[in-house]
Amino acid sequence: MAVTVKTFASATEAAGALSSDRTARYLGGGTLVMRALNEGDVSISTVVRAQDQALTRIDASGPRITLGAGVTFARVLAERDLGFLHGPARSIGGPAVRNMGTVGGNLFAPNPYGDFTVALLALDATVAVAGGFGARDIPIEAFLQARDRQAGTLVLSVSCTRPASTEAFRYRKIARIKPKGGSVITLAAYLPISGGRIAGARIALGSMAPTQIRARAAERALEGRSLDAATIAAAASAATEGTTPSDNALGSAWYRREIVGVHLRRLLSGQE
Amino acid sequence: MSKIPLQFRHNGHDVAIFVDGGTNLLVALRELIGDMTPKFGCGQGGCGTCSVLVDGELHLSCLTLAETVAGRSIETLDGMKQGPNLHPLQRAFADNFAAQCGYCTPGMLMAAKALLDRNPRPSRDEVIEAISGNICRCTGYEPIINAILAAAGGRASA
Repeated sequence: MAVTVKTFASATEAAGALSSDRTARYLGGGTLVMRALNEGDVSISTVVRAQDQALTRIDASGPRITLGAGVTFARVLAERDLGFLHGPARSIGGPAVRNMGTVGGNLFAPNPYGDFTVALLALDATVAVAGGFGARDIPIEAFLQARDRQAGTLVLSVSCTRPASTEAFRYRKIARIKPKGGSVITLAAYLPISGGRIAGARIALGSMAPTQIRARAAERALEGRSLDAATIAAAASAATEGTTPSDNALGSAWYRREIVGVHLRRLLSGQE
Repeated sequence: MSKIPLQFRHNGHDVAIFVDGGTNLLVALRELIGDMTPKFGCGQGGCGTCSVLVDGELHLSCLTLAETVAGRSIETLDGMKQGPNLHPLQRAFADNFAAQCGYCTPGMLMAAKALLDRNPRPSRDEVIEAISGNICRCTGYEPIINAILAAAGGRASA
């Protein structure tokens, strides 16, 4: 079915077009929207694009980094200052998908995809969006919780604070197909350590709920403690709390609940 | 609904076509230009057999909105051969038995070309990474990896 394609010079104009048409979808890298069109999704009758250079800008020089929504994973990988995000970016697709898929689009990727968003959730990123109401910033967790209602908003960029050290941010994706494949589960951990104790830990999980979620019980188990075996065991045993995984071709809900603690323990222990 | 005029370079030649809104690049190449080398596999970005180069960068043509390539340069397998001679990658695929049914081959060759164009002497791991988005269901990956390494290094056939 033919759709109407509307291309705008500015993100603001595109956001206006998106918010005024319920059947419109924003086309970023194409890996989600073109797939839907190929599958005959008749709910999309308008495709909105923006050729705004602000959407592809990377600001990685300072302690707080900002990625335009249209930045591809290949560009993240090419940016030396974004080394802490190379693991998540490399875990997505093959080279062609990384040349096309974008940071902004990943926020909308359903299970078993959306791995980069797991990393951004652990980093407590801020999502800048534009809609009919103007532009605003939304904490990523709130954005994800309301993702079903975000169809009319255009993501402009995501930003987060750079982890203090490589040890402070960890990422792990479990896939059946090596080296690439959809996620069985995906984990990311932000572990700032102050005076030998964890202060402000954030654990994010992918494929353990309809959207990426924080593992609050595991975070509480870590808080104020040193990262020793007992603490790690407590966090691992709390990993399933609040999760609602589903069955899919890559794994059952039961299997996901069984392995999430194992992989969280390995992630926190620094095991391969 | 009116057709949209679209111009781009296809294997070094300027082409001009009219597409429907929402048409993907794979359909434009196969049905409007007649280049049947990129194949339709999954339509989801999972198999890689529709891979083409867009301005030298590996893309999946089935997930590329045709209009987005206006003014850009598209390379497909059809443009790989050099006159009457096979491209060294094509020759290496033949010599190393890297194509059985051949359905994945166009995508494998484009992924390999994208790699060798920027990294003429890749390691085995780099070759594996380069074709990690391309699925082969019958040849097996070893002959394909060996063929790409052979084309890169002029090595003896595996």
